[in-house]
Amino acid sequence: MSTQVKFVQGNEACVEGALYAGLEFFAGYPITPSTEIAELLARRLPMAGGKFIQMEDEIASMAAIIGASLTGNKVMTATSGPGFSLMQEALGYAVMAEIPCVITNVQRGGPSTGIPTHGSQGDVMQARWGTHGDHAIIALTASNHQDVFAMTIEAFNMAETYRTPVILLFDEIVGHMREKLEVPEPGEIPLVERLRTAVKGGVNYHPYLPREDGRLPMSDFGDVHRYNVTGLYHDMWGFPSADPDVVHGLIRHLVDKIENRANTLARYKEHSLEDAEIVMVSYGSSARSALHVVRDRRRRGERLGLLELQTLWPFPREIVRDKCAQAEAIVVVEQNMGQVVQEVKKAVDFPERVFLANRIDGVFITPMDIRKLLRLIQGKGV
Amino acid sequence: MAIHDYLRQRFFPHMWCPGCGHGTVLNSLLRAVEQLGMSKNEIVMASGIGCSSRISGYVDFHTLHTLHGRALAFATGVKLSKPELNVIVPMGDGDALAIGGNHFIHACRRNIDITAIVMNNRIYGMTGGQFSPMSGVGINATTAPFSNIDRDFDVVEMATAAGATFVARSTTFHAQQSTDLIKQAILHEGFSVVEILSQCPTHFGRKNKQGSAADMMQRYKDMTVPVGSQKKKDNPDLIERGIFVQKEAPEYCREYDKIIEQAMKG
Repeated sequence: MSTQVKFVQGNEACVEGALYAGLEFFAGYPITPSTEIAELLARRLPMAGGKFIQMEDEIASMAAIIGASLTGNKVMTATSGPGFSLMQEALGYAVMAEIPCVITNVQRGGPSTGIPTHGSQGDVMQARWGTHGDHAIIALTASNHQDVFAMTIEAFNMAETYRTPVILLFDEIVGHMREKLEVPEPGEIPLVERLRTAVKGGVNYHPYLPREDGRLPMSDFGDVHRYNVTGLYHDMWGFPSADPDVVHGLIRHLVDKIENRANTLARYKEHSLEDAEIVMVSYGSSARSALHVVRDRRRRGERLGLLELQTLWPFPREIVRDKCAQAEAIVVVEQNMGQVVQEVKKAVDFPERVFLANRIDGVFITPMDIRKLLRLIQGKGV
Repeated sequence: MAIHDYLRQRFFPHMWCPGCGHGTVLNSLLRAVEQLGMSKNEIVMASGIGCSSRISGYVDFHTLHTLHGRALAFATGVKLSKPELNVIVPMGDGDALAIGGNHFIHACRRNIDITAIVMNNRIYGMTGGQFSPMSGVGINATTAPFSNIDRDFDVVEMATAAGATFVARSTTFHAQQSTDLIKQAILHEGFSVVEILSQCPTHFGRKNKQGSAADMMQRYKDMTVPVGSQKKKDNPDLIERGIFVQKEAPEYCREYDKIIEQAMKG
């Protein structure tokens, strides 16, 4: 038997992915609808020799995983809505200090305490701009459990490769829904391990001096190299600096290392796009209803297709533009007041052809909701 | 090793004002580390934001200069993930007890083996002299121009109530005692708190007419007495120095190791 087959919640698929990727340390705080991730890891991590800690709040959870990452561990935290807001301060720290870590946000309805037990995709822009100041970020999502598993592994791999926090932006519907998950044998999916410096003890090691390929080898706290880590602008030693050249060089590095790789970081799926007259662009749980509509309409001979985004940030602008180039209409399906739709309008050649099919009442968007909009676009009336 | 071997002299001069007590605390801390014969590689210093927190940049340990108030949460992640490291957290009074108050009491409660050094100058120095939770009623500060009505609290009492298993206090006048207390705090297995009263002549002293740095240190000599002394019974306004709590209790990382052992048995 090469794979394990399970019937699980999306949150459990995330846990399986994290453990497959080599998660060693988790810190978190209970919050609906992400709590199952903490509960499962409280049991599973020590069984694998890893560590779980329930902190006093989400601020501390985010801080603790950064500390644990610096001693050489693969780390994660998981939260929802209000907890994600509290994590923004230390998330920015992880961006600035270039700390590999994964933050899972199982989205619920907001603002504020909002609607904790219902789905939403309202945190797309918060994932991008939630922490203050210019920066770049990677955010991934998924519409089904097999992809939740795969994207969770991708998140760890990207965090290690680019020395950056990676956000997993799931939603309540996928998080709490149950479906099949196949967990492959260890080794089937490639993993990226921590890149550690080859510089020997006693020789100067510069924690913030990128190699020629742009990567920054790390040294674990407790190992032979002692250096400073700070959230202030810093030089190659990690020491605070307000030198304009240092400040400019660092912010460019932090943004360019991600934004310049938008195509490399893009993960997406194409469903019947080849001859599509109407292209739907969707992600997360919404993409499930969109896919249903595509299959249904294709059976009737209508040329509908779906571009399912899995990388939301950096936004795969060139890919969206390319895939939507031949479309007569582009319908963005999402469960918010229009967050990704704005990015799609910016990306395509004819923004006036972009429509939004959404739902913002806490109820999962159905194929019927999408069909209603399609009829209007097609001039068929309601 | 000589004291200067523990410093990153490349990053000097430091940014503290003339007369600041924090340099004296740094001195006491490094002497403690030296006397314990600790290797620089086994020490992680995590700090937050403020004048006191800049200590971490100047010492040649693994150093983590974090966010205002959050140092103990970062330090908890470091310590639990690698318990063989010695984790020391220098903190300011606002850093430790206002914005970081929640992290502080929960670190005490968990009894994780971290040494917190609260450098209490009763003011926010870096931002220019606003009152802190330690300033107390009647103090003048830029955000209390008509005198402060905010009551203060006692770090020692709070740490004790929250469950810290080693709690002590000293002042910058009593630098040798500070070294001794820091040594004991580092050796203590569990969460330890050392409060060190540290003068801020620039912002606290000037606004409250306490004179020069030397005058402020003289005040520390005059207004403090050893724990349990008769003078304190005669004059309750005096502040006690020394060890208030020193007790054994299960340490968090060791307890977690037992959880791993149990979980791995299945």
